[in-house]
Amino acid sequence: MTRWLQDNMPKIVLAPSFIIVMVFVYGFIAWTAWVSLTRSRLMPRYEIDSFIQYERLAASPRFETAMVNLAIFGTLFIVIAMVLGLLLAILLDQKIRTEGAIRTIYLYPMALSMIVTGTAWKWILNPELGIEATVQGWGFAGFEFGWLVDPDKAIYTVVIAAIWQSSGFVMALFLAGLRSVDEEIIKAAQVDGIPTWRVYSAIIIPSMAPIFLSAFIVLAHLAIKSFDLVIALTGGGPGYATDLPATYMYAMAFSRGDIGQAASSAMVMMLVVFAIVVPYLYSELRTKDD
Amino acid sequence: MKSYVLSTASAIAVCAAGAAFAEGHAEAEVLHYWTSGGEAKSVAVLQEEFAANGGTWTDMPVAGGGGDAAGTALRARVLAGNAPTAAQIKGPAIQEWFQEGVLADISAVAEAEDWANLLPASIAAHMQCEGTWCAAPVNVHRVDWIWANTEILAANGIEMPTTWDEFNAAAETLQAAGIIPLAHGGQAWQDATVFETVVLGLGGAEFYQAALVDLDPEALTSDTMVAVFDQMRTMRGYVDDNFSGRDWNLATAMVMNGEAAFQIMGDWAKGEFIAAGKVPGVDFTCASTPGDGYLYNVDSFAMFEVDGEEKAAGQALLAELIMGPNFQEVFNMNKGSIPARTDVDLSGFDECAQISAADMASTNEGGTLMPSYAHGMALFGAQSGAITDVVTAHFNSDMSSAEAVQMLADAVANSL
Repeated sequence: MTRWLQDNMPKIVLAPSFIIVMVFVYGFIAWTAWVSLTRSRLMPRYEIDSFIQYERLAASPRFETAMVNLAIFGTLFIVIAMVLGLLLAILLDQKIRTEGAIRTIYLYPMALSMIVTGTAWKWILNPELGIEATVQGWGFAGFEFGWLVDPDKAIYTVVIAAIWQSSGFVMALFLAGLRSVDEEIIKAAQVDGIPTWRVYSAIIIPSMAPIFLSAFIVLAHLAIKSFDLVIALTGGGPGYATDLPATYMYAMAFSRGDIGQAASSAMVMMLVVFAIVVPYLYSELRTKDD
Repeated sequence: MKSYVLSTASAIAVCAAGAAFAEGHAEAEVLHYWTSGGEAKSVAVLQEEFAANGGTWTDMPVAGGGGDAAGTALRARVLAGNAPTAAQIKGPAIQEWFQEGVLADISAVAEAEDWANLLPASIAAHMQCEGTWCAAPVNVHRVDWIWANTEILAANGIEMPTTWDEFNAAAETLQAAGIIPLAHGGQAWQDATVFETVVLGLGGAEFYQAALVDLDPEALTSDTMVAVFDQMRTMRGYVDDNFSGRDWNLATAMVMNGEAAFQIMGDWAKGEFIAAGKVPGVDFTCASTPGDGYLYNVDSFAMFEVDGEEKAAGQALLAELIMGPNFQEVFNMNKGSIPARTDVDLSGFDECAQISAADMASTNEGGTLMPSYAHGMALFGAQSGAITDVVTAHFNSDMSSAEAVQMLADAVANSL
């Protein structure tokens, strides 16, 4: 008995969480996949009816806008947040005196929820309350900054707010990465008289590849599941100009009673996540095998 | 924490025991989304009446999202096989729930009280599911109102417009005088509210019925619809630059404090004026939007199939009280709407409510009493949502009317 317990203890201990994950993650993914193939409206139905929901999704201009927005938002957000984060980290890495204080200041936005960030930026960017009104108040009557209310530019305000929120976190990640590079190599390079920028571009940054990958994965999933920021900042508007797949799904499931559409858009979102995560997992697992 | 759980559990046990002892007792658990100040006060009237008639009311208010959150809570409870006795549902959603086979029949009460003759025919039709009565109406909100700042109109020599051309002319005058002609909030449902009043005004009730109720593709792509979108484009020029995302009550405030002249909004806007101490006819003027007809938004309670005699008795009592003349009068005076039943004495109501009631009676006879599409009275959520997407996309971009009409027909076809 004791012997059996000893052998099986790990399995017994892990079983509950395994079952919970199987049911509440994979089980519900399977359920959503099933429902996405039905004609469910107000309540879920279970008679499979081909790919009708995906066809409707493909024909929906609003979902197209949402996907285009995701591409714009995702790309700009990830690239700019990483560049800015790296830059800040390098600047902080110059052994300056007040590093602790500055690092905390830059990290603070991360402590705010997206709802707070969105609301604050909504006021900052509002032409009648924020930057535009302030600058005009200084006497520059011709100054205009109405991105928030311009359907073509509103998505960029979401990018701005998201970068403000996350670049400090990326900075912290990169700073840890910079510190983990072997001092000896850097010293050796300095002895050889290599300029600092070359040290960074040729030695330090290439050796931080895993950090780049982690930062990318964290930012990418933030971008894809982004919901609360848009709701607080623009409410998806003007019109539906700043809709993202997550807000589209919410509208379909909870405002419109169109569960089939919601399920199919959720599946599309999941596939986008897979497209990013699977190659990552693959590369991770492969390096372990070597 | 533990003691809290224990005390809650024992409280529930005591309640359950109490209910079990009281045979023939009326009991109702009511799910609703009237949680803001005036609305909560209004629903409290119903609670008190219910208690005065010996019933036990279990309140289940779900705040947020204009009923979205309540809808989600309702769905979860019905799926779990634990439906509330009554829930606040309106319009075609009642039929949608009926098709799921979960609504109860309250025909006994409705027939005893002669609802069929007390309600306007088209509103009565919403309350009936395949011949049986399955819901009770609470109020009638009129959607096609245009509110105006009386002082601004007088100062600029403008009469309340009776055609959209007159409205445009008035707006030009106001714009030249440096006043924002139309206070509007750029949220999809507000765009849709303006849109439907323009459809009714330019096309008439028959066209409205064909386009926004029957979804006739010919009507949707007709020249009249092109003209409707042209008018929307014109009106886009009459709102201020900062309208995106503004809440409707802030737009109402703009009319109140003289920044803007008009607002097109349902009669819940009246509550804002009155709460600010403004007097109808003196500080602000109400009139129906240009054109003939009446767009209604009716709140109602649908009854769910539940087990137990006490709950069935509760449903009957609730239905009777909701349609009772006393509740209809008190509730609607609080909420700014008018009673759904047509035999209530309106002498205590304000001028706008009296116009609304008179117009409801006349449009009912003339067959131009129409359900509001923007407020979920005419279509299922997926279809009205598809139309709203096009309306708001057009209003917030430089899309041409021809493109919008084509997009509208495609979106409607895609949503069926």
